[in-house]
Amino acid sequence: MAVEEVVEVNHVVQILIDGKPLTELPHDLYIPPEALEVFLDTFQGPLDLLLYLIKKQNLNILEIPVAEITRQYMKYVELMKTFHLELAAEYLVMAALLTEIKSRLLLPRFPEIEAEEDDPRAELVRRLQEYEQIKIAAENLDKLPQWGRDIFGASIQVSDEEIPRPRPHIHLKDVLQAFYDVMQRAALNKSHVVAKDNLTVHDRMSHVLQKLKTSRTVEFHQLFSIDEGRPGVVVTFIAILELLKQALVDIIQQEPFSPIHVKAVTQ
Amino acid sequence: MLAAGEPLSLERLQQLFPEEEMPELQEIREVLENIKSDCQSRGLNLKEVASGYCFQIQPQLQPWISRLWEKKPPRYSRALLETLALIAYRQPITRAEIEDIRSVSISSSIFKTLMEREWIRVAGHKEVPGKPALYATTQQFLDYFNLKNLDELPALPDLESAL
Repeated sequence: MAVEEVVEVNHVVQILIDGKPLTELPHDLYIPPEALEVFLDTFQGPLDLLLYLIKKQNLNILEIPVAEITRQYMKYVELMKTFHLELAAEYLVMAALLTEIKSRLLLPRFPEIEAEEDDPRAELVRRLQEYEQIKIAAENLDKLPQWGRDIFGASIQVSDEEIPRPRPHIHLKDVLQAFYDVMQRAALNKSHVVAKDNLTVHDRMSHVLQKLKTSRTVEFHQLFSIDEGRPGVVVTFIAILELLKQALVDIIQQEPFSPIHVKAVTQ
Repeated sequence: MLAAGEPLSLERLQQLFPEEEMPELQEIREVLENIKSDCQSRGLNLKEVASGYCFQIQPQLQPWISRLWEKKPPRYSRALLETLALIAYRQPITRAEIEDIRSVSISSSIFKTLMEREWIRVAGHKEVPGKPALYATTQQFLDYFNLKNLDELPALPDLESAL
């Protein structure tokens, strides 16, 4: 069935099929495959699908027409298969269960046995009810006011000055201590003038990497040349930090207060 | 409480005072009740949640306040909500029991998300073969839904009326 034209007649929009106005939705309404696939994918499992079928037809959950429901259920399962939807094994288990219930209901009833046997549907009904209860409970849970969506906390920014600073990472402290030691030794060589030397961090970074190429791990203090004086030491330190930032080198310390080693990061 | 930016329990509020001046917990509770009634007509609201007391913007103002942030609030999948509901109402409960009631297996990512948000925790193990983990909800779960305790959860729909 194809929509032939949409017209406006006396300010009322009508859909004409073969010239005749469409007054009610056809029973086998065409739903585009993508929409159907999305719809089928939303089922949370066989119980969810069964509930849908029961509700859609306004059936009484306590008196499900098993044969009919099984037929419809199988139709949906087949549809899901054609869409290559990941069909949980549970769907097939349910199909088997439905078929079993159906056959038990079809068996002739003997008065002696009937008194003992429960309605074969009873367990399924219990499971359906239990699932529906949780399904609704979950919807109600979502409707509760939620922090960040419906409820907002009130707070005031407190200035940072009064808050005691957290202690720095021990590792960094050790690095700084080591740097300080190096600086101290460099200060003793203040008389050596290092003017005119263009100490760029960039050059120093390549220099450090070069040193690391020859010997894979180098002790931290070995990267510094004391006779370069304080400026040299500072530039080397900044170079090492920059290399760390770019993840070109790594800093290792086996245990607190043990020597710090610098090594190149292998790609 | 405004400075903390998070709910404070009576005990924590008490700890804020120097030892000599520490009030009784009951005193603090009474003062908070007073503040709460004072706030009735104002933009702020004093609420008790599982983790303690905090100031909130009056819920009626939500439509305006939510415009401060462009981000849309998260929408949770049915699988996650149903799993969470089962843990909340039936705790402690194992994963297998949850999957049984829902009739499908639950993806591990849902458990991971619930754990990351600290809404659920492992509360022990069931004494059956395999010793499966038993899940329960946390205080943060209650805080998020603005509840004081599990009793404040909405009542489960009746099995009969679920028809």
